Amino acid sequence: MGRKEMVAMLLAGGEGKRLGVLTKDLAKPAVYFGGKYRIIDFTLSNCAHSGIDTVGVLTQYQPLDLNRYLGIGSPWGLDRRDGGMAILPPFVKQKGGAWYKGTANAIYQNMGFIDRYDPEYVLVISGDHIYQMDYEKMLDHHKKTGAEVTIAGIEVPWKEASRFGVMHCDDEDRITAFEEKPKVPTSNTASMGIYIFSWHVLQRYLIRDEANRHSSNDFGKDILPAMLKDGLNMFVYPFKGYWKDVGTIESLWEANMDLLDDHPALDLTDPEWRIYSVSPNRPAQYIAPSSRIVSSIVNEGCLIEGDVHRSVLFYGVQTGIDSYVRESVVMPNARIGRGVRLYRTIVGDGAVIADGVTIGHPEHGGVTVVGSDEFIASYKTLLEVEPS
Amino acid sequence: MMKNKVMGLINLIHEPDELEGLTANRCPATVPFGGRYRLIDFVLSNMVNSGISRVAVLAHTKYRSLMDHLGSGKHWDLHNRQSGLFILPPTSDDAQDLRRGDLYHMFQNRDYLTRSHHEYVVLARSHVICNIDLEPVVAFHEQQQADITVVCKKHSPSLPGKSRKVQLNSAGRVVAMQDHYGRLNTDLMSTEIYVMRRELLLELVESSLAQGQEHLVRHAIMTRLDQLNVYGYIYDGYLGMVNTLESYYYNSMQLLRADVWKELFFRPGPIYTKVKDEPPARYLEGAKVSGSIVANGCVIEGTVINSVIFRGVHVRKGAIIRNSIIMQNGVVGENSMLDYAILDKDVVIEQGRDIRGAAGSPFVAGKRKII
Repeated sequence: MGRKEMVAMLLAGGEGKRLGVLTKDLAKPAVYFGGKYRIIDFTLSNCAHSGIDTVGVLTQYQPLDLNRYLGIGSPWGLDRRDGGMAILPPFVKQKGGAWYKGTANAIYQNMGFIDRYDPEYVLVISGDHIYQMDYEKMLDHHKKTGAEVTIAGIEVPWKEASRFGVMHCDDEDRITAFEEKPKVPTSNTASMGIYIFSWHVLQRYLIRDEANRHSSNDFGKDILPAMLKDGLNMFVYPFKGYWKDVGTIESLWEANMDLLDDHPALDLTDPEWRIYSVSPNRPAQYIAPSSRIVSSIVNEGCLIEGDVHRSVLFYGVQTGIDSYVRESVVMPNARIGRGVRLYRTIVGDGAVIADGVTIGHPEHGGVTVVGSDEFIASYKTLLEVEPS
Repeated sequence: MMKNKVMGLINLIHEPDELEGLTANRCPATVPFGGRYRLIDFVLSNMVNSGISRVAVLAHTKYRSLMDHLGSGKHWDLHNRQSGLFILPPTSDDAQDLRRGDLYHMFQNRDYLTRSHHEYVVLARSHVICNIDLEPVVAFHEQQQADITVVCKKHSPSLPGKSRKVQLNSAGRVVAMQDHYGRLNTDLMSTEIYVMRRELLLELVESSLAQGQEHLVRHAIMTRLDQLNVYGYIYDGYLGMVNTLESYYYNSMQLLRADVWKELFFRPGPIYTKVKDEPPARYLEGAKVSGSIVANGCVIEGTVINSVIFRGVHVRKGAIIRNSIIMQNGVVGENSMLDYAILDKDVVIEQGRDIRGAAGSPFVAGKRKII
């Protein structure tokens, strides 16, 4: 088998607990986003455009839908003779075998997969973020600085810095300190959870970390601090552009709303950086004479008879006459009945909202979520999700 | 099980073509239709949805766009170990040979037919758009012990498009068939979908050619209605004959009826096409869209009424589009007006233009025109 310069390991086992009912039966990377996509489409498309043709996808939680979605990787050009996509769930070994204990352990358990390609570098990414990034440029940076570890970093607003792992670096982007979710942040360069390691270095640390019974086997908590302590060459790759962790209901809703600006920061129309996804094969959307759609994005197969304002509609959504959908995200094949009013609502795929139901409030209140395939006959049965 | 029993043969040889500028550089099979499809997608999807997994396309002329569109066949799921899409282009580059009828071209490709093991062939044309399950047609064919089954459709002569006339007797047997200009008094037309045994097709091809005949339906079938058991299967779903410019416009506008949209694109199966990774359509602040179909990749800032908007079209501020068809990647500039227009792919209408066709004769702009 051919040697690969860099192999990508995509951590896709996230449970996404904070996404509530949206991840009840679905791994977080498979959650819908942006009218057409699943969250994992962004990292996979980034790989495709960055010239990476060998991707290990580490799955664990609710893999059924995710596995079916990924298939053999054709939509992302990853159905290759050499390399391509491999789905790597935890597996049973002669002496036991175990769930992935942490992000580092997941890679540790699949060292055999990586070794097959005998790569110089390993890219570790996760299927939890929305962004467009050229990993090849990051690799160039890694080589140029002579780094053993490169972490992509982005400047975040100071008030949000405490939600992230933040990094301190010197004038030459060399990392000098690392703090995981600091209460009082002293840097606003957040780690994007995108790492390039020189493989022989990472290998050593993975083995060492596994031997440590007290370790939580996590990149952010264990591996990276240990590397820093040992004085490895660690550099930040400064990234400018749109990047969003869609780990909560609020942030998922916000990221969808971000797409509705006239010139959105995330450019889905860039012909050089198309986000690939599995095509649902639906006809062009039907917009009835009775409807009015403004400041929204709408996907194929929709049949729209009502009004839509500042909303994101996925494929196969139908809205009835006199309905009004505002600042909402309606996932695939959901049915919105006649006279329905939706304000700041995320409607899960296949859900049905009966005629005349109102969800949310036009003036105030957080985001309401309707789970997949739910039938909503009246809105009092709903729990409102408080903003986190 | 259709898979091992029936093969599909899409016949593009001398397809009726009065589509004017729309077929200047392409064959009728690849004329864009319905916002994101090509005409051939309908017949291909029908075959695949009916369980047929081996389809050959007899290509004839101007087939560059056909090769590009069909590729390996994977978008129709025809790219597996046990299935496949076969493009059979003309075997001769002699202009004289190219002009010959479909019997000649089938004869030239007879190896493909003799090597197959399928019992039946479903023959179809690309300019007939419908969503039909072919399994009951084959079942009907077997039940009638027919030699040939023609799928027929009730026809109202006022509808645009050209079609063959078919007359059945009370037992459902075809007793007369005429080309569209014939005077046969009948309310049935042929959908140009024919079922027969593969062996019979080979036999007809060879014996008819030997008798100096040129065309499969016009000669080999229509002159043998007394010798062969030809039965009519009545299809009653939506169907459009897209072989004249008028019928192209008419059938496109029919898609703006929700009932037609639902039937043609969803029932009994979905229509597949080549996948493009366009983002969903964006409606900006000033958008006003009603009674229209819009494909992905569009950016709508202006007004669109009663129109078909293909993938990647940009309708700029103040533009007003009515009763029109805008194909892939078209741009309609600020404050331009379009009424009864068909813009082929990549047409750019600059700002402030006013372009009007008429209901009976829409204005047509050729591919890549700048107006």
